[in-house]
Amino acid sequence: MKGHLRQSHRDGAKVARRHRTRLVGMVAIGAAIITAAAACTPSTHASKPIASPGVTASGTITFWHFFTDRESAAIKGVVGDFEASHPNIKVIVKDGQDDDKMTQAIAAGGGPDVGLSYSTDIVGKFCQSGAWQDLTPYIKRDKVDLSQIPGPVLNYTQYNNKRCTMPFLNDAYGIYYNKTMFAAAGITEPPKTLDELTADAKKLTKFNPDGSIKVAGFDPSFGVYENSAAHFAPMTGAKWLTDDGKSAIGTDPAWQDLLNWQKSLVDWYGYNKLTKFNATFGDEFSAQNAFEAGKLAINMDGEWRIASIAADKSKVDYGVAPIPVSAARASTYGSGYITGNVIGISRGSKNPEAAWTFIKYLTTNTDAMVKLANGIKNVPTLTSALNSPNLSADANFKLFLQISANPATSTTPPSGAGTTYQDDMQAFVDKWQAGKVSNLGTGLTQVDSQINQALSIAG
Amino acid sequence: MSATDASARPGPPRPRRRASQSPGQPQGQGSPRSQGSPSADGAGPVSPTGRAVRRRPSWRRTLRRYLTVGSFIGPALLGIAIFLIFPLGTALESSMHKFGILDAPGTWYGLGNYRYLLHDPFVHTAAWNTLWFCLIMVPAQLVTGLGSALLLTKMRSASSLYRTIFFLPALVPTVAGVLAFVYLLKPGVGPVDTLLGKVGIEGPLWFNSPSWSKPSLVLLAMWSIGNTMVIFLAALLDVPSSLYEAASIDGASAVRQFRHVTLPTISPVLLFTTVINIIATLCLFTEAAVAAAAASGAATVGGGAASNFGYPQESTLTYPLYIYQTGFPQNLLGYANALAIVLFVVTCAVLAVLLRRFRSFTEGAS
Repeated sequence: MKGHLRQSHRDGAKVARRHRTRLVGMVAIGAAIITAAAACTPSTHASKPIASPGVTASGTITFWHFFTDRESAAIKGVVGDFEASHPNIKVIVKDGQDDDKMTQAIAAGGGPDVGLSYSTDIVGKFCQSGAWQDLTPYIKRDKVDLSQIPGPVLNYTQYNNKRCTMPFLNDAYGIYYNKTMFAAAGITEPPKTLDELTADAKKLTKFNPDGSIKVAGFDPSFGVYENSAAHFAPMTGAKWLTDDGKSAIGTDPAWQDLLNWQKSLVDWYGYNKLTKFNATFGDEFSAQNAFEAGKLAINMDGEWRIASIAADKSKVDYGVAPIPVSAARASTYGSGYITGNVIGISRGSKNPEAAWTFIKYLTTNTDAMVKLANGIKNVPTLTSALNSPNLSADANFKLFLQISANPATSTTPPSGAGTTYQDDMQAFVDKWQAGKVSNLGTGLTQVDSQINQALSIAG
Repeated sequence: MSATDASARPGPPRPRRRASQSPGQPQGQGSPRSQGSPSADGAGPVSPTGRAVRRRPSWRRTLRRYLTVGSFIGPALLGIAIFLIFPLGTALESSMHKFGILDAPGTWYGLGNYRYLLHDPFVHTAAWNTLWFCLIMVPAQLVTGLGSALLLTKMRSASSLYRTIFFLPALVPTVAGVLAFVYLLKPGVGPVDTLLGKVGIEGPLWFNSPSWSKPSLVLLAMWSIGNTMVIFLAALLDVPSSLYEAASIDGASAVRQFRHVTLPTISPVLLFTTVINIIATLCLFTEAAVAAAAASGAATVGGGAASNFGYPQESTLTYPLYIYQTGFPQNLLGYANALAIVLFVVTCAVLAVLLRRFRSFTEGAS
């Protein structure tokens, strides 16, 4: 038996030794690389001269967008219209595409001819790096009337006066409230200020016999559905970045106002109780959405929820209103957070003429835009489309059109470091609402320095 | 291997029908190898070509030998060069630049990214989370894998049925498995929580609680243990039963048999699975990303895949997830490369330490 044991032990040791030798080899290879680092220089695309006026574009183009399901079908319909009126151009549509994926494809020299992004966060880096081509020559040549597009929308579709994107509908945020619950609690109109929101939330909340939450009047938790620092910021007018692109979070007192208000409501429920309640929510884009399922009396959401409630056949009797604002900002009631979809031509596009023809159709043709807006229930980005009699807008939807057009309405600013400032802030507010931040002022100053350091390592 | 073999192996010693079968026997007359070498001089498998080579000039012999060896290892070397060394070199070079993916190659930044890394609080969180998984998830996987393999070797009847059942979870696609776990464990409404509530236990918040999200992922990893288990099972069935016979004649208890017979014999396999699992855990990405997205209720929101990473409260933000987050949504690709290089170096170091430790472990076993 001893002999067997020794033998097997020797085998084991031999294998281990062999592994070790191999590992040393791997490390040696790694070290060798340090001296022989290969250079990686993708070709930079020089801008090609554009065609003269009157030239008809033709060929095949690819179009990536992020919509799925119901919304994707609406896009398909409009693309069909485009192909019918432009028989020389064929559009290959790929739905459900993520921004990160598109960015990687463009960086690798590929990507779609026409890309649609859900986020204005990319405008900064796409315009600056030339990942999306400058559209100004096309706009000038075709004499596109940009005054048809509202001012705030024009602003978020360009970066440092470079227009590499066109606005493709936008999203406006407001609050949805359950009319049945409001009536039962004796509340006659939606809250206009943060204090009213707190008072209503407390009145509307119902607890189970065991003390857990049955219905939350308003769920202030960050990280739940659309509740984020970015979407809440307009409540107190909190600013993200200073004019020179540095973080303004630590210096703008509006952040402290917002976070203190939010925490006081969280603490009224009890953080643990609220977390437990949140964990029972169904997915945001499903019929189990907590507002549609009657677990929330007031919820912050975008204009698309109107269409979702209809599509999910939810029985909820709801009204909509602008987000409540702090008492100091009462004059800005009626505004809110907007974010837009942006569309552009990849720098690697083989057929930018056809791509531009397609973009021009989607973003400047009133009928096409009205059809799209009706189909996916987003806000049009042309004045003519907003005023079109064909735009099917009930009173609820009209409210979002007004929020979108309100001059005090704002969005998250573009930054060279992408979403860093929002990611850092999100991590901070998660800790904050859990009661893990002892001093708010110091904490926010630390977030400032984190963001500024991250900006310093951005290209 | 057959079911009867399986039941015979690590169990109590009993008469073996084919115990004395030597490995040489099946290669008797008629095997292709012995037919292929017409050894007139009776020297066994030495081929006539061997003698022909000896007469050639030595440089040709050397060249031929190199060509032969080269043709065998060439494709592998080419693969390593293209898919490992070149990307690694590019990553190293990129890590010393400031740039986003769209404006490569960016500007030279020297070791600036590495300096920043030392002070980045998210790196600390992410590294801690990944370390936690290495310390808890890997041992949990090894113990579960070895334990279920041991159980299966003891199985007398229907052992292939049990093997299939134990292995099935490994066939479930990762994303589907994670989603199923998140919904099964969903607090308040999930079936597990409902069942626990029926017997009077108030379940934790599982994937929604920062202190339970990591253990929940470990549970998931223990459930889909199939691959590790199969490797262990093969190793256990390869332990010569004569060793167990000898040990039991010497009066060794089951525990001592496991410690002094089973463990040393399967130790190379133990090392292999440990190494593989550690590497997989250092690269843990999909499970954590999907669990965070599904548990936060925003799995289908078109806000970018990375916006939920780490939910809840950065508790599942693993190091690879942080690399992705910095590299793509945050547009800090130079920094992300620095993070990746550090992960590579750490992986090499961990494996070096592991292999060294392991050698002393197997030495101590005899």
